[in-house]
Amino acid sequence: MGNKQTTFTDEQLHGRYRELAPHLVPLDYTNNPDIRVPPTLIVTMPEFKENPFRDRIVETFSEDGNGNLSFNDFVDMFSALCETSPRELKTIYAFKIYDFNRDNFICKEDLKKTLNKLTKGELTPEEVTLVCNKSMEEADLDGDSKLSFSDFENMVSKAPDFLSNFHVRI
Amino acid sequence: MKRQGDQPTGREEAKLRRAMKRTAMWGRGGRGRREGARKGGKRRRTLRARRGMPKGMTKGRTRGKTRGRTTTRTRRRRKRTTGKKSDKEESLSEGEMAQLLEEVEEKKKLIATIRNKPWRMKRRLLDLKEAQEFVDKFEGALGKGKGRKWFAYKVMMKKKWIKFQRDFENFRTACIPWERKIKDVESHFGSSVASYFIFLRWMYGMNLVLFGFTFGLVVIPEVLMGLPYGSIPRKTVPRAEQDTAQDYSVLMDFNGYCKYSVLFYGYYNDQRTIGLLKFRLPLSYLMVGIGTFGYSLMVVIRTMAKNADVGGGDGDESEFTFAWKMFTSWDYLIGNSETADNKYASITTSFKESIVDEQENQKDENIHLRRFLRVLANFFITCSLGGSGYLIYFVVKRSQEFANRTDLSWYEKNELEIIMSLLGLVCPPLFETIAELEDYHPRIALKWQLGRIFALFLGNLYTFLFALFDEVNTKVQQQKEIITRVFIWAMKEYYANYTLLLNGTGATPPPMSPADVIRGPCWETAVGIEFVKLTVSDIQVSYLTILIGDFARAVIVRFLNYCWCWDLEAGFPSYGEFDISGNVLGLVFNQGMIWMGAFYAPGLVGINVLRLLSSMYYQCWAVMATNVPHERVFKASKSNNFYMGLLLLILFLSLLPVVYTIMTLPPSFDCGPFSGKAKMFDVIMETIDLDLPAFLGTLFSYAANPGLIIPAVLLMVLAIYYLNSVSEAYQNANMELKKKMQMARDEEKNRRNNTDSTNQVMKDLEDLLPNRSLQPPPPPQPEKKPQPESKPTKTKPGTASKGVNLERDVALASPNPNGRGPVSRPPGPRGPAPMPGDGPGRGRGRGRGAPPR
Repeated sequence: MGNKQTTFTDEQLHGRYRELAPHLVPLDYTNNPDIRVPPTLIVTMPEFKENPFRDRIVETFSEDGNGNLSFNDFVDMFSALCETSPRELKTIYAFKIYDFNRDNFICKEDLKKTLNKLTKGELTPEEVTLVCNKSMEEADLDGDSKLSFSDFENMVSKAPDFLSNFHVRI
Repeated sequence: MKRQGDQPTGREEAKLRRAMKRTAMWGRGGRGRREGARKGGKRRRTLRARRGMPKGMTKGRTRGKTRGRTTTRTRRRRKRTTGKKSDKEESLSEGEMAQLLEEVEEKKKLIATIRNKPWRMKRRLLDLKEAQEFVDKFEGALGKGKGRKWFAYKVMMKKKWIKFQRDFENFRTACIPWERKIKDVESHFGSSVASYFIFLRWMYGMNLVLFGFTFGLVVIPEVLMGLPYGSIPRKTVPRAEQDTAQDYSVLMDFNGYCKYSVLFYGYYNDQRTIGLLKFRLPLSYLMVGIGTFGYSLMVVIRTMAKNADVGGGDGDESEFTFAWKMFTSWDYLIGNSETADNKYASITTSFKESIVDEQENQKDENIHLRRFLRVLANFFITCSLGGSGYLIYFVVKRSQEFANRTDLSWYEKNELEIIMSLLGLVCPPLFETIAELEDYHPRIALKWQLGRIFALFLGNLYTFLFALFDEVNTKVQQQKEIITRVFIWAMKEYYANYTLLLNGTGATPPPMSPADVIRGPCWETAVGIEFVKLTVSDIQVSYLTILIGDFARAVIVRFLNYCWCWDLEAGFPSYGEFDISGNVLGLVFNQGMIWMGAFYAPGLVGINVLRLLSSMYYQCWAVMATNVPHERVFKASKSNNFYMGLLLLILFLSLLPVVYTIMTLPPSFDCGPFSGKAKMFDVIMETIDLDLPAFLGTLFSYAANPGLIIPAVLLMVLAIYYLNSVSEAYQNANMELKKKMQMARDEEKNRRNNTDSTNQVMKDLEDLLPNRSLQPPPPPQPEKKPQPESKPTKTKPGTASKGVNLERDVALASPNPNGRGPVSRPPGPRGPAPMPGDGPGRGRGRGRGAPPR
């Protein structure tokens, strides 16, 4: 693995999925069993273990919202995060990931949480407030002091390194 | 007739279905996107059989064979009985066909874009399956009458072709070498360092193709079909040199046996055709030389265009600083904890920097001092550039003197290469130190640095070239003398033979061994040797640098740390960082030298391929073993086209000398594939005259007519001008759109501001009308401040306290001051004074300092 394939054979992805929880995931997927791998196992994957947003990523792609991924969700996740995934798709999922309270808006609290995860709490509270306020000001177009999807999309579409940074290679 | 599952019912569809039974026997090809087992008819059977089964299964392995078989049998039976009936109902109206066509197109589009929809996998699979079934069902039916079979066949072939293309694409990506290695480097060091290795791999690919051309079309034919070593003078080591021809030191200098081998220009014979296949070697040599440049140009421009696409437009950089830092700074590719720590630190630092920038006002800088310092720095740098250029010129002149002597120490023989490599090592850090005087923003400083290093290398290269041309000219002069000598000698021989014959001794003089023939100086080979020596020394220096500069340093730091007074790892030497720009520039210039030298030394491309291959492994190892990730993890996205642009520039610059020599300089008279001709490109003329049919010759002579060329050139100039103006128009349109968006956003904010200012006006008015008081609500929490509470100018204070959203809604919906209930509170003291002022201050702009008053 570690290649630029956009379509994988079953064995590759299935193999990766299976090695997370060999006792849970069966070898034979012909009957499409309803197996879900808990998030604690998924965030230990080498692709995710250093990512500050790994919990949010797994939660976003899980159907039940708690992070339990079925194989379909697993494939979904890597497909959305892969190199050739279109910008619109990535923007949608990025928005969902950064929306911590899942109200379809990124409010100040979400910004604060994002910032704290990014800086590991190194900034003082005043600095945190300042940065959150400034970000809100920059991106919030309709003035409701929270970022709707269109605000977020408008801001991210101009970012030069969004596509290359929001990319996980499996 | 059995209705099956969820097919669309309706009379038209039923008609179609009946009509389709006849086409069903032609079967369907593979279903484009399903992975796993793909056997056309069988798949169809299984799908039909699956109709009632739970949805959501995917991988398409064939299951339920027994059920499938019965279905087929029933189908066949049905076909026999209903075959005749369907003839009558065949004709479908135009409208129905068009509608069906539309639906099929829609489903096809859905299939194509299903990957981009942000749905859950289950839903996607469901929809995909439905759409594919629909398309398969009705696509065959759309062909009319006799053409139907052909149509269905065409459709099947197309699907097979698409599948083949995808498999081939998969195979191709699986063949890309070193992907895992690069991924390792990427996760440790970030995308910027990995971008160097990706660039290296790209160069390796390009060089491999060039190598294929050169070896396949020039070297191999010569080796297989040309005359062997020792048969003619040009292929033999001269008698004088034969004693030393095998010495290691001579071989290292690429003299001796190396010089008279396929590696260099001089070995090739000028026979028009060689071997049984009548392979035209001189023509092939020239075409490969030109083709090298053509191919490289095409590949570089194609990559640049692809990069420009991805890079996208450069938005206003200061527009979304904080938002971008927040949402796009984390590199999801990082998988190593040390890199992650570095990334956290770098993000934090970058935030702090921006915060500081934001908080402090413009420094009162002493512009004059800064300008003076910058001028001073540029002066120093120009001096050092000039100094290095002169040094190289001096060394080249000395090497020309050395060429006449034979007692040279190792240093004197390789002086030129050593000096050039040393300059490349010493000057860039020198430039960096001087550049600290300038106090530029780091990104601008980096660009200046790269530009200066580029100028340094360029200056060196061209000085080297001019010195080389001096040498070439002297050799050409020498050649003229030798020609006259050889002519005189040949005449003497002829007379000697003649007199012998006349005297009747009957003994012919023994033929002269090729090693004894007088040789002309072969300037092309000499040039080739110079380039090869330069490349080899470059390789040696860079490998040594890595070994000493990185590896030895790391070893020392690691092991001496135990017994040293200060912490070596954190303090002075510490571990090295990977110098991305230096390495990339080195790679680019190396390639320039290859391009220049490949015409005179076909073996040079092979040497370069080996070098790139070993470099990949060596540098990957060195980076992982001895380097630490950068302090400020460098962003890779924007710089890619910069390096490609440099490569393009170097390509043009290296094209010039080669074209010059092909067009103007006379080839040596006794070595190389063009010997004996007046100019190198005479080969082409010869080929056109002798090999191609007559009309092509006349065609080319017409094409070479100035009357045709000048209009062609004018046309191209016009085309360039037109495309330029079109692109400018697009850029202008872009700017206009950006401005409009900006205006729209400012308007939005201004609307709030305006209402604030009218609020002020209203307040003043309200003073005169004490009953309609507009009491701004007391600010309970500071959070409320930035919110547009001052927006609802025309609502009562009672409503204002109900919360922000309500205020806003009310403000937008009902500006009527009498819309709400009566005044609930008597006009009290006006709230804290700064409030209306704060509002516009916050809303206006992006918090640039204090609100304008």
